[in-house]
Amino acid sequence: MTAGTVTPYQPYRPGQQAGRDGFAQVLHAEWTKFRTVRGWVIGLLAAVLVMLGLGLLSAGGSSHTCQTSGGGPTRTGRACLPTYAVGPGGEPVDDSFYFVRQPLAGNGSITVRVTSLTGLLPPANPNASGPNGPADTRPGLMPWAKAGLIIAGGTNQGSAYAAMMVTAGHGVRLQDNYTQDTAGEPGAVSAASPRWLRLTRSGGTITGYDSSDGTHWTQVGAVHLTGLPSTAQAGLFTASPDYNVVSQSFGGTSTTGGPTQATAVFDQLGRSGTWPAGTWTGDAIGAGGSGPPGAGAYHQNGSQFSVTGSGDIAPVIAGHGNEGDPDFTITDFLLGTFAGLIAVVVVATMFITAEYRRGLIRTTLAASPRRGRVLAAKAIVVGAVTFVAGLVAATVAVIAGTALGNKNSYVFPVSWLTELRVVAGAAALLAVAAVLALALGTVLRRSAAAVSIVIVAIVLPYILAVGSVLPVGVSDWLLRITPAAAFAVQQAVPQYPQVTALYSPGSGYFPLPPWAGLAVLCGYAALVLGLAAVLLRRRDA
Amino acid sequence: MSQAVPAGSPGPPSLPVAMQAGLTGLRDALHAEWTKLRTTAGPAWLLAATVVLTVAVSAAATAAVRCPAGTACPVDTTKLSLTGIQCGQAVVAILAGLAISGEYSSGMMRTTLTAMPRRTTVLAAKAAIVGGLVLAAGTAGVLGSVLAGRLILPGHGFTAAHGFTAARGFPLLSLGDGPTLRAAAGSVLYLGLIALLSLGIATAIRDSAVTIGVVLGLLYLSPLIAQAVSNPQWHRHLEQAGPMTAGLAIQATTGLRGLPIQPWAGLGVLAAWSAAALIIGGLLLRLRDA
Repeated sequence: MTAGTVTPYQPYRPGQQAGRDGFAQVLHAEWTKFRTVRGWVIGLLAAVLVMLGLGLLSAGGSSHTCQTSGGGPTRTGRACLPTYAVGPGGEPVDDSFYFVRQPLAGNGSITVRVTSLTGLLPPANPNASGPNGPADTRPGLMPWAKAGLIIAGGTNQGSAYAAMMVTAGHGVRLQDNYTQDTAGEPGAVSAASPRWLRLTRSGGTITGYDSSDGTHWTQVGAVHLTGLPSTAQAGLFTASPDYNVVSQSFGGTSTTGGPTQATAVFDQLGRSGTWPAGTWTGDAIGAGGSGPPGAGAYHQNGSQFSVTGSGDIAPVIAGHGNEGDPDFTITDFLLGTFAGLIAVVVVATMFITAEYRRGLIRTTLAASPRRGRVLAAKAIVVGAVTFVAGLVAATVAVIAGTALGNKNSYVFPVSWLTELRVVAGAAALLAVAAVLALALGTVLRRSAAAVSIVIVAIVLPYILAVGSVLPVGVSDWLLRITPAAAFAVQQAVPQYPQVTALYSPGSGYFPLPPWAGLAVLCGYAALVLGLAAVLLRRRDA
Repeated sequence: MSQAVPAGSPGPPSLPVAMQAGLTGLRDALHAEWTKLRTTAGPAWLLAATVVLTVAVSAAATAAVRCPAGTACPVDTTKLSLTGIQCGQAVVAILAGLAISGEYSSGMMRTTLTAMPRRTTVLAAKAAIVGGLVLAAGTAGVLGSVLAGRLILPGHGFTAAHGFTAARGFPLLSLGDGPTLRAAAGSVLYLGLIALLSLGIATAIRDSAVTIGVVLGLLYLSPLIAQAVSNPQWHRHLEQAGPMTAGLAIQATTGLRGLPIQPWAGLGVLAAWSAAALIIGGLLLRLRDA
């Protein structure tokens, strides 16, 4: 060797000059690793396929066969299902009550005093028989039995309305358009403590007031009804929802039910504005729900009105536990999320544990010594790839499932925003679970342990919660604090506090709001990812 | 090795006579597998985790249920106090899966098969050792769960005053009671069969992560799929065929008529799954290179 002729060593770097360990390069390297391992790509495709397959299985796995009572042709599919009235918001609604009405032209108001609300319930034991054939009804009220004033767009089911009412167990309420509910004065109504109610129409706005003495009035709320005709129907109403008692045991949940009836006594009826008809008409809207024919009636005795009604003015509640309700929500078509989750967790865990097993991690860390960046790049790659795969699978499953489900049965309609949230939420759930699996794989460096911990932590609490093994209260807590809370993001239909129904995890209702549920899983993922970052820096590879 | 052997030195050490004759016998295979499991850290921890998780989840589930005064609680207390099996089975699946996929990932499998070329014997020995250990751990877990149930339940309203008497079909939790004994013993067998299922699948798949995914998918997805299918006939058939839904029928002590499948028949379905997995695994083990 001769001195002075040293040429600087120039490594051959095709196409890349500077910044070899910039984040973009690390990201690109991780993407290349993911893309070129055939098993992982197959795993992800398998996740998409099982999501689609299970979604269509649940949409196609339902069939109805029925026959009209008294013979007639056997019908199948959708023809067997009841038809629902559709409310102003497009949702299926129950709209049956007894209406004592007069047309109200233009603006005006109506005031009344309610002095009593009583009712009849079906027998506690439906199999027992009384002296007159089937067992006798017994006095009692459903907590949401309601009576009061209503201004409605018409007498068709599903009309826009606003109503001020007394209820049996929830005080005075202002309800409108089936889904909205505002609380007024609490307490039950009786002759000793009557309630005065008032509804005032001004254009499209209806304002509700209540009073406990007839002189001091409190505004409960003001609602705007779109499409309310200039001549509305206004008057007194009474409704009493079906008896609905849910008993839960190991055999599953069972509901006992039957029609109920409520009777309200009104007096001191006062009106202002133009009331062209002058006389009252009694109508059983929706034929009084499932109550016996002729259950609804009204009697006028001087200035006193007694109105008896059955049924409910409320949204239809979706869910398997609620008898006679729509069969599907779009959540049912995302059953495959569980299967997709398992495939995704396996792939995401191997994305790091395979590097440890093969020793590739040493090469990776030699090439990009900033270990936090490597972990971040891996998390981004696996999260993004999973999100895209999940989004494709969930979108197709929901669209195809809705089409198939509507052919065989009935799919509960939801707004496109809800649909978007459910589909994107399912994809996000998979992506966050993948990041959690990656992080746990980094911490444990053992694929079997990491995969099973993630799957057990996410899926088992859900199975225990919906499997009717545990009481509803415990199930709710499981779905609040475990990673399984994330499945709340797939809940398609809201829970209505003003309707008594079985809102259990098993019938598709989660204790946390959608995004809060997903946030619980994100919290776990962030925690483990942080731990993984610390351990990756501290430990030798 | 290319080193010259010095003249006069003894040749290759002669094997003991017994080993020459039956090196690949089942007894030696059992001994080898026992040594492998005994001397690696994982299995002992996993066995301990099986017991602890089973008892802990059972006790937590039992403690969560209360029977309010003055009401009838139609609760299958035996099944309730054995809830932890649903969690413990995941650990069993890892243990059994790793018994063979761990060897594939480290390359140990080639050594094992060189030493014991009869592959079916290797698999049988693994099944016996893993199954035996799981049965032992399962017995401990189930006894702990039943004991926890017996201690916790009376304090939560499940007393004779609420109709929990033998005459009404709700006896206090006791292994002296026929159905409870069957549920407890059946749960131990259930865990053993899950171990064999996982071992068979791991032999076929050879990768631990994929094995665990497949086994847990098979176990946990069957009840979810069955629940989603609203057609009652399909629903029933799915519950009869799923390894977890059918196998866990062994835990039921009340309402046997309403079950989709009877207890022992259900365990038989799981046994069929395990046997099928072991046979497929064994065939693939014979047919493929390690």
